Amino acid sequence: MPALASLLCGYIFGLGLVISGMIMPTKVLGFLDFFGIPSGAWDPSLAVVMAAGLAVASIGYALVRPRTPIFAAQNLWPAAKEIDRPLVAGALLFGIGWGLIGLCPGPALANLATASPGVIVFVIAMAIGMAAHDLWPARAATHVRRDLTAATAADG
Amino acid sequence: MANFTPVSAAIGGALIGLAAVLLMLFTGRIAGVSGIFGGLLNPQNSDRAWRVAFIAGLILAPLSAALVGQAVPMPQLPKSFIVIAVAGLLVGFGTRLGSGCTSGHGICGIARLSPRSIAATMIFMVAAIIVVALTHHVFAG
Repeated sequence: MPALASLLCGYIFGLGLVISGMIMPTKVLGFLDFFGIPSGAWDPSLAVVMAAGLAVASIGYALVRPRTPIFAAQNLWPAAKEIDRPLVAGALLFGIGWGLIGLCPGPALANLATASPGVIVFVIAMAIGMAAHDLWPARAATHVRRDLTAATAADG
Repeated sequence: MANFTPVSAAIGGALIGLAAVLLMLFTGRIAGVSGIFGGLLNPQNSDRAWRVAFIAGLILAPLSAALVGQAVPMPQLPKSFIVIAVAGLLVGFGTRLGSGCTSGHGICGIARLSPRSIAATMIFMVAAIIVVALTHHVFAG
């Protein structure tokens, strides 16, 4: 049952990417290209997606927060508070990769449905990048252990 | 703003937010795709089923859209697999180091008013905007 519920959530998330057009890298790049603002070609859709997603998630999280999950013992809300160096460096590297071709993890995985060779290359490289981080010798001792005891990712 | 699609963007965005709320209600988890996928790569991790199921749902969505005649077009990506692989490596390493991506920080984290997620989202947005400006305009071939 928990897996079925998770499948449904992934499906709704994927439909959101399809309907909003955010599954298309060109649509994402249309937002990220601020040179389009003076020329009139700018596409603010991504901002609307985020605003609508945040509106629903903020209200929904507030309602869900006091409840015990239906298929789990407890909610795993991220506990980290500090804006530390790994957060800043990681967000910076992610932003550079995202800007290069317009793919972030959600749309990349959803695009596996198209069997695009480029998307397959991207997802394999993404998995290697993640594994490289987790196996990094200096980090493996602390970071991975922390991941395993709490939620697998500290924030998302 | 000929490409602006506010109505479908609002509907799609609301569905993404709904998916995040439902995942918390059902499984107590944050709907961060990089975290969900990344957790599958750790061989010591035992909670695989819900992760695989979520990703399967993500892939089923465009397939089901194709069944009702709304096929998702082939994504337009650079011809060079090297550029794509570099982007993938940066996204993979960066989302693990920074503990999240557009969904985990940008939607779930900001919805919780997490200072970490607000900072991360501002950083990766600005970085991506600068990279697009450089690659599409300053160094455009």
